[in-house]
Amino acid sequence: MVERLSPLESVYRVGSHGRFEDGVGVILSETRPGSITQVAAWPGEEARAIAAIRKVSGLALPDGAGGGVVDGDKAAFGFAPGKFTVVDEAEGLAVALTKAITPAIGTMTDLSHGRTAIRIEGPEAEWVLAKFFAVDFALPAFPVGAARSTTHHDVFAQIQRTGGDRFDIYVFRSFARSFWKALGHAAEEVGYEVA
Amino acid sequence: MLLTCPYCGPRDVSEFTYQGDGNRQRPAPNSQDLQAWNEYVYDRQNPAGDHNEIWQHSGGCRSHIRVIRNTVSHVTSSTVPVRGAVHHRSTERRKPGAKA
Ligand SMILES: [Zn+2]
Repeated sequence: MVERLSPLESVYRVGSHGRFEDGVGVILSETRPGSITQVAAWPGEEARAIAAIRKVSGLALPDGAGGGVVDGDKAAFGFAPGKFTVVDEAEGLAVALTKAITPAIGTMTDLSHGRTAIRIEGPEAEWVLAKFFAVDFALPAFPVGAARSTTHHDVFAQIQRTGGDRFDIYVFRSFARSFWKALGHAAEEVGYEVA
Repeated sequence: MLLTCPYCGPRDVSEFTYQGDGNRQRPAPNSQDLQAWNEYVYDRQNPAGDHNEIWQHSGGCRSHIRVIRNTVSHVTSSTVPVRGAVHHRSTERRKPGAKA
């Protein structure tokens, strides 16, 4: 496979930043998954698409809008009616999904080079994200595994909660650097660390 | 103003794009009925009350939704996906120059 270059490379500064003297509020990182794919089911074929994703990845997507699942190196979530993002730390998911998502079920798009995955983790993660997105980030409204499609100004973001205080954000690669810098500015007041 | 996307739940109106009056019905592409085209392009009921509208959740799941919004109170009494929804449209043909 072609080696992937991070769009964040020139601005990715490992270490502590902002007002971290009183503790680190959030940890920011780029997770760089090998596979980021999008499955779209034709109307009425959603159940077969979910079954195909399960067969390939072992991930059992729950029913319902914005439902998702996280299991170690893999994650999947619904981001629109009949549409799912499936992510794997390893490369090669797109090839396997292409076989499983037959033309009768729907389509598979490989976005591994088109999206950048940014992780925000820590006690102030909800607080920092709430400055960007008009979405309820509280755990009862946004449970672990679930995902939301939203925008910060015109930057599309798919956000999956992958832990009690951890969120993985998928943004367009071309917007990733500016989004990353904005995230850093927003996290300054709580103190942040780039891992 | 908040709109409740049938998929995403309540979201700020800034995430949505207005796609126009939901009562319009486009004539067949080869239609020669000038009055039908005129109605489709220009005639709007502009009601003070419930209005049938098409919106897109363009800053979210990108679904098209059919919204019944009260133009006086902004109360949205119904938001359903366009796909699979019953197509509401006014039954009476509006006379040119008629008041709403
Ligand atoms: Zn939506």
